[in-house]
Amino acid sequence: MAENTVQTTGHTWDETLQEYNNPLPNWWIYGLYVTVAFAIVYWILYPSWPVGKDHLRGLSTVTYMNSAGQAETNGWNTRAKLLKEMQDGNALQKPYFDKIAAMPVAQVVKDPELNSFVLSAGKALFSENCAACHQAGGQGKVGFYPNLADDDWKYGGSVGEIEATLVGGRRGYMPAFSEALEKSQIEAVANYVLGLSGHAVDKVKAAEGDALFHSNTGACYYCHGADAKGRKEFGAPNLTDKIWQWANVPAATDVNSKVAVVQKVVTGGLNKGVMPAWGGESARLNPGQIKLLSIYVHELGGGK
Amino acid sequence: MFKKFTHEKIETNAGWLIVLTMLAISVGGLVEIAPLFLLDDTIEKVDGVRPYSPLEQRGRDIYIREGCYTCHSQMIRPVRDEQLRYGHYSLAAESKYDHPFQWGSKRTGPDLARVGGKYSNEWHTQHLMQPKSVVSESVMPNYPWLMTPLDASDVADRMRALRTTGVPYSLTQAEFDKNVQQFGEEHARMFHIPNAQTNLVSQAQAGNYDGDNSRVSEMDALVAYLQVLGTMVDFSKIKPEDLVKFR
Repeated sequence: MAENTVQTTGHTWDETLQEYNNPLPNWWIYGLYVTVAFAIVYWILYPSWPVGKDHLRGLSTVTYMNSAGQAETNGWNTRAKLLKEMQDGNALQKPYFDKIAAMPVAQVVKDPELNSFVLSAGKALFSENCAACHQAGGQGKVGFYPNLADDDWKYGGSVGEIEATLVGGRRGYMPAFSEALEKSQIEAVANYVLGLSGHAVDKVKAAEGDALFHSNTGACYYCHGADAKGRKEFGAPNLTDKIWQWANVPAATDVNSKVAVVQKVVTGGLNKGVMPAWGGESARLNPGQIKLLSIYVHELGGGK
Repeated sequence: MFKKFTHEKIETNAGWLIVLTMLAISVGGLVEIAPLFLLDDTIEKVDGVRPYSPLEQRGRDIYIREGCYTCHSQMIRPVRDEQLRYGHYSLAAESKYDHPFQWGSKRTGPDLARVGGKYSNEWHTQHLMQPKSVVSESVMPNYPWLMTPLDASDVADRMRALRTTGVPYSLTQAEFDKNVQQFGEEHARMFHIPNAQTNLVSQAQAGNYDGDNSRVSEMDALVAYLQVLGTMVDFSKIKPEDLVKFR
């Protein structure tokens, strides 16, 4: 038959069974030789074969700065290359970080170039490190994580105070009053507290709560202040505004259920509101990044 | 004799084919795996890496049971964008007590190699119960059953099993003393197998990871494990150029 022009391997199995022999095309074979030659060049330039307890280091080198600030040359490897890339990247950002570190914040935000650096770098840092709790726009979550886009601050809203919060972290705490106060007294305090922000509460109970708030029985004034406007050294929030962090007052529909949610917080206290430390020993972020992030958070809308 | 030993001979003789195929395949193993046991610089010499406490170890078992590794890696590669996002690249030394290691190969979620200390215990608990409640775009499933009591009765057996693989959990006084020298007394106590269950409960009580101290839950164990990930080595005490020389 005419179609049988391809060579066979020459071997015959079971009397008639033969195998075609289709040699690889030349371009393919030469392609293989090129990759072999490439591999040999690669072995010479880069780390390759293990030899005893060491390995061939290759001829390529990387030059980076060591921690003493001197240029140091090492054989090429991914860690050396990364070290160099990080240093090159940092060198590009350094002029900006230096300027921001040296300048008062009010001036930083007025400088269009620096401001756009803060906004773009800050957004990246915020998304990776802060958004998991405080949410993408800094709006927080009532009952869990504070809103950073409003002008209500537990630990202070100046850039310096935000910076301190970032460096050392925070730990919220309010004692439980279930032992110190009677149920009816807690209800009275809750009425008073809600009355402060203009809710239509039971006036008689609120007056009793007022007395308790400022007495040494309740001693609420000690952390929240005699004017109930909060004391940032304790992270005690302002109770006279309509911003609620722990008791979800806005979600409660009528006054009675609003009183109930506040009562719950006063009864059980709070042992949450943990913000991890980002600077200091944890060193998750460096001081330059923390200052930049402080400005970014400050600029989210509610900086003081 | 050599002349007769052709390709055809190999192809038509199953015995030769098997022997030579295995020989060819083993070259890959010999070149890529065997040297790791011989090279001096495979595992970096760094301080701080220690075995997991009983509670963390149980958390690690739950991590594996729930298949967290199918979506989360624990391996930060030495690449700039990874270092900027996740922190310092992972060292071989940091998983030397991991059996099996959890490097993973798929990142549907973020890398977890240095998640320890990044979020609060409360965040982890809430996030594991319902990830979407804190990260609205998350595709991670809910794990509400982690809030059930932890079966801690077999933790000593689990540690004994790991001990056979080379993790220095101690059974005898001599081994305990050696751990005191290497890891300090506080840690060495945690690695003492006879006290495993007591240690597990006391760590869970002290840490109160899930916010409910009335019992030890699987959540306590898993969060304790997550909070220790990547925190053992203090990189501020290591010169970056020293790690470069380990490769």
